[in-house]
Amino acid sequence: MLKVTNMNVYYGNIYAVKDVSFHVDEGEVVTLIGANGAGKSTILKTISGLLRSKTGSISFAGEEIGNVASHAIVKRGMAQVPEGRRVFLQMSVQENLEMGHYTQQGATMTERMEGVYERFPRLLERRKQVAGTLSGGEQQMLAMGRALMSRPRLLMLDEPSMGLAPLLVEQIFEIIGELNRAGTTILLVEQNANMALKVANRGYVLETGRIITTDSASALLEDDTVRKAYLGG
Amino acid sequence: MSFALHLINGLQMGSIYALVALGYTMVYGIIKLLNFAHGDIIMVGGYIALFSLTLGRMPALLAALVTVAGCTLLAVIIEKLAYTPLRFAPRLSLLITAIGISILLQNLAQFFFTANDRGFPGHLLFPTGSVSIGGLSIAYTSIITVALSIASMAALHLLVKSTKLGKAMRAVSEDQGAAQLMGINVNHIITFTFAVGAALAGVGALLYSVRFPLIAPTIGAMLGLKAFVAAVFGGIGSIPGTMVGGYAIGLLEALVTAAGLSGWVDGVVFLLLIIVLMVRPTGLMGRPIMEKV
Ligand SMILES: Nc1ncnc2c1ncn2[C@@H]1O[C@H](COP(=O)(O)OP(=O)(O)OP(=O)(O)O)[C@@H](O)[C@H]1O
Ligand SMILES: [Mg+2]
Repeated sequence: MLKVTNMNVYYGNIYAVKDVSFHVDEGEVVTLIGANGAGKSTILKTISGLLRSKTGSISFAGEEIGNVASHAIVKRGMAQVPEGRRVFLQMSVQENLEMGHYTQQGATMTERMEGVYERFPRLLERRKQVAGTLSGGEQQMLAMGRALMSRPRLLMLDEPSMGLAPLLVEQIFEIIGELNRAGTTILLVEQNANMALKVANRGYVLETGRIITTDSASALLEDDTVRKAYLGG
Repeated sequence: MSFALHLINGLQMGSIYALVALGYTMVYGIIKLLNFAHGDIIMVGGYIALFSLTLGRMPALLAALVTVAGCTLLAVIIEKLAYTPLRFAPRLSLLITAIGISILLQNLAQFFFTANDRGFPGHLLFPTGSVSIGGLSIAYTSIITVALSIASMAALHLLVKSTKLGKAMRAVSEDQGAAQLMGINVNHIITFTFAVGAALAGVGALLYSVRFPLIAPTIGAMLGLKAFVAAVFGGIGSIPGTMVGGYAIGLLEALVTAAGLSGWVDGVVFLLLIIVLMVRPTGLMGRPIMEKV
């Protein structure tokens, strides 16, 4: 479904992503784990077309998207829940969801919005409320709901558990599992490696811009170096 | 002149300032550019209206439409040629480019149309005469100006609040990166924003030409500056704030004139700018600026 080959990304002189290659197969949950500044968000931004790789290729559903404009990539069935949620704070909950539906044709909006409200009843109660007045957890639900409005084949999530209370983190990961069982392929970036590896099929470990290990999620959970570095021993 | 007439004058000028100021605010809201060429688009609009009515002998409505379309087209061309290539350049480069475009438009106008004033046949555009209300005689042009301006602003409000494009404009102005992740073509939305701002400027050009019926290459400069003050006063980037700012500047000028200080009008407006920048740089309804990548 997604195949990244030799991705190299620079911010001016800063070499942020170094020769990264990985893939996500249809139906999988794959996680990228790594410390702060490892380059996880940069990779997701590059896949979405917000940044460009100097070399290599990114293929999505069999087509090269390394040079495709970011808005056109969304149309092909990819959505991202960016780091820090980035909901439109001055727009209402409902308008945020409408923006998630921006690329879609036809009259599917109401039906999908109902689907999102069903999954996140809290958003329904607050649909007229401006997103800036939602709690952090509610904003995360909105960011996920907004991404789901385009019925993506591939959903990329950048640290969806960041800053949330443990109970809410559980809930977010449950939803990720449900979405995957319903057929969505998922690329999950997390600092919370423990939770991420529990929901994922496979994982890649990133260190200062390079992939240093990859394995099945269960093997990574047992891996000594991974346990020491990311799972607290 | 009675105080009430001063007020009506103030409302008429305020209507024009508000329309013009909205162009500043919308472009600023979306790409953080103070588009100092905006006033000169109005100057070009003045010439388009003038020639449509005189040389073209067009009926009023057609001339008005041609003016609005001309301003819109001009703004889109400028945006594509001058601003789009600088999308990722420092803000200062954009600002300097805008000032350059402003000078260019003024010089082109001077080259083609000479620096001489040309009388504007306002009577071909709006009905002349006045109505008498409670012993007060109000010119039709004042009434039409206020009405047209309010109607344009209502249309803008509807566009921004209720249409898909308008919502996308708000999304882009709030967070371009997130808007791209929604599949919004940011370039299209930016161009569209320029076009809407310029269409309002086109209406402004008609109203201004009728109010001050002398067209010259420099007429956009002062109007543009004052509308800029209005936008800053109301809160640049905030559409309701800018509308309020426009009327506030118009009424302020009228009050200064009513006090017998008509020579001080420009000075007072710019003094207000200085005070706003010192006391409340975000304006009445503006928000503090936050940046995101
Ligand atoms: N806009 C930018 N300009 C310059 N350098 C940047 C920029 N964004 C990120 N970087 C640098 O690129 C590297 C990778 O950053 P990135 O945000 O991808 O890390 P991350 O793995 O997502 O970290 P975190 O877990 O803290 O979110 C870091 O060294 C960071 O300082
Ligand atoms: Mg990150």
